[in-house]
Amino acid sequence: MIEVKNLVKRYGGHLAVDHLNFTIEDGQIYGFLGPNGAGKSTTMNIMAGYLGATEGQVCINGHDILEEPEEAKRCIGYLPELPPLYVDMTVEEYLWFAAELKNLPGKERGNLVEQAMEKTQLTQVKGRLIRNLSKGYKQRVGLAQAMLGMPSVIILDEPTVGLDPKQIIEIRDLIRELGKEHTVILSSHILSEVSAVCDHIMIISGGKLVASDTPENLERRMTGGRRLELLVKGEPESVKATAAALLDEAAISISEKEEDGEVRTFLTAEMEQDVREELFYAFAREKLPILSMTVTKASLEEVFLELTQKQEEKETEKKEPEKKLRGLFGRRSRRNAEDGFGPVVSEAEAETGGVASEELLHPEDPLVQGMGDEEGKEDEGE
Amino acid sequence: MKAIYKRELKAYFDSMIGYLFIAFLVLFMGVYFLAYNLAGGYPYFSAALSGLTVMMMIGVPVLTMRSFSEERKNKTDQLLLTAPVSVWGIVWGKYLSMVTVFAVPTGIFCLCPLIIQANGTAYLAADYGSILAFFLMGCVFIAIGMWISSLTESQVVAAVGTFGVFLLLMLWPSLVNFLPSSAFGSAAGFWILMSLAVFCFYRMTESRPVSAAVWAAGTAALVILYLVKRSMFEHALTGVMEALAVEEVFEHFVLDQTFDLGGLMFYLSLVGLFLFFTTQSLEKRRWS
Repeated sequence: MIEVKNLVKRYGGHLAVDHLNFTIEDGQIYGFLGPNGAGKSTTMNIMAGYLGATEGQVCINGHDILEEPEEAKRCIGYLPELPPLYVDMTVEEYLWFAAELKNLPGKERGNLVEQAMEKTQLTQVKGRLIRNLSKGYKQRVGLAQAMLGMPSVIILDEPTVGLDPKQIIEIRDLIRELGKEHTVILSSHILSEVSAVCDHIMIISGGKLVASDTPENLERRMTGGRRLELLVKGEPESVKATAAALLDEAAISISEKEEDGEVRTFLTAEMEQDVREELFYAFAREKLPILSMTVTKASLEEVFLELTQKQEEKETEKKEPEKKLRGLFGRRSRRNAEDGFGPVVSEAEAETGGVASEELLHPEDPLVQGMGDEEGKEDEGE
Repeated sequence: MKAIYKRELKAYFDSMIGYLFIAFLVLFMGVYFLAYNLAGGYPYFSAALSGLTVMMMIGVPVLTMRSFSEERKNKTDQLLLTAPVSVWGIVWGKYLSMVTVFAVPTGIFCLCPLIIQANGTAYLAADYGSILAFFLMGCVFIAIGMWISSLTESQVVAAVGTFGVFLLLMLWPSLVNFLPSSAFGSAAGFWILMSLAVFCFYRMTESRPVSAAVWAAGTAALVILYLVKRSMFEHALTGVMEALAVEEVFEHFVLDQTFDLGGLMFYLSLVGLFLFFTTQSLEKRRWS
């Protein structure tokens, strides 16, 4: 079990990890999901003991990573983003070295190395120099190193980056295999990957945990259920009345259109439970033929985008409100800043610019706000 | 530690560097040995060794440059630092592997006094003492080189930086002559050194009040000492600085044929100090 309490990591003025709290239970596959630069790698590096946290605590199976580093690190196998390979060694030599480094019992070393090579299908290339291996094999060597000695926790930072589709599938299968015996934590910015492999997803954005749940629950949570789209031949009033008996009236929206000389009603509604069968019979009783009926689920993509964007918006709002307006003129003032007249010109412009934009442009105008937001985000990134 | 030691040693002999370093030192030892002892007829092998000091300045940076900077560049330090090994274990493993490589040419040097003896009178005690001092001086050089390598990601910067430091060490005794020897000059010099030390302390602890207090106490102590016992400061700065001349100890062995035990202790303490610096430089990188 891993407990992460109040973890903070600052790089100078930049807050990479912002008071992160979570617990990782044994025997599951966890996925860290987040856009690039969200703090995934930093968090993993701290959990593996490579980096020190500015504040907070990481406990692995009850061992604090700072106070009992050797006990804690013994429980962890770690594959960083770039596999830490000595390219002048052969695969077998490297794994032997890793086994010695992890202080595995001398008699079992040979067996454990063999086992790791078999599981990652490296046996055929064990005598080759790592330098000469393809990217996929290098990744596998890194993975073999991480799983060597059967640590209870395996941390994998973007394990499938740069692999071809076939290799990705192989690595995923391997991760699933590992998940049976170990706790696996993997990070990715690719959704399909996390949803394909993980039992539990943690979405990280801007160094904060914005969601933590199973993939199914995350999908469900987003729309509060499923979205129903219904196309019925008939007048809107009667359609609405029929549907209202089974669905929450507030969640129904209706539009009317004429096609081929008939009136058709298009209905969309949020559906808590699956009432498609009941709807079919109800509309049939009223002699309102259903032309099409579809149910859509919010995809994880939408969940992810919504959650990470919410986070970004919050961050933007935290900054001074006038920044949104100033943003419009940000581009020009920044150009001036490059010329070396930065502070003077940009301040003057921000003042006049603020007034001008309030008078000339309506701040409510979505275009203006949109542009302001965008600028705010750009500022965020810098 | 053992795993790292074995891997490093193997890496030195899998690549050219280990052989190159050994061949380089043995070749120039041969040249000096031929010139001074075999052709010149001088009975002390230590004379040939003292010529080799310059070659050490070139050879050691090549040996040490890759030790930590390569790991950092290839990110393999992630493997070492996330393995259940202490930072001291990593540093010792690397250091001992380099010392082992250096021990090979030193072992070969041990044959030379015997060759001299076979052809006439040899001063074995003086020569083996010199070889011991030479070996320990090399260990100091390696510790310095390893520390510099741990500061940078670039092997070239590490090698050039290490060479620069060695050059400074060689010129040190002459440079010290330029320092003021008057009481006031010495006191001012000590004050500057003290301020630098406090500044380093401040950068390490980031504690303003404590640093300020230490600095104020140091300044006050210097001023009082200067006012009360002014004569103490005469030649004091040059005296302290001269003591830091690393190669002097070895020179004592070579020129005076004295066994300078204090000097050897000085070498060992320097090794310990730079190994400590290396661990600190690794730790610092994790925390910044």
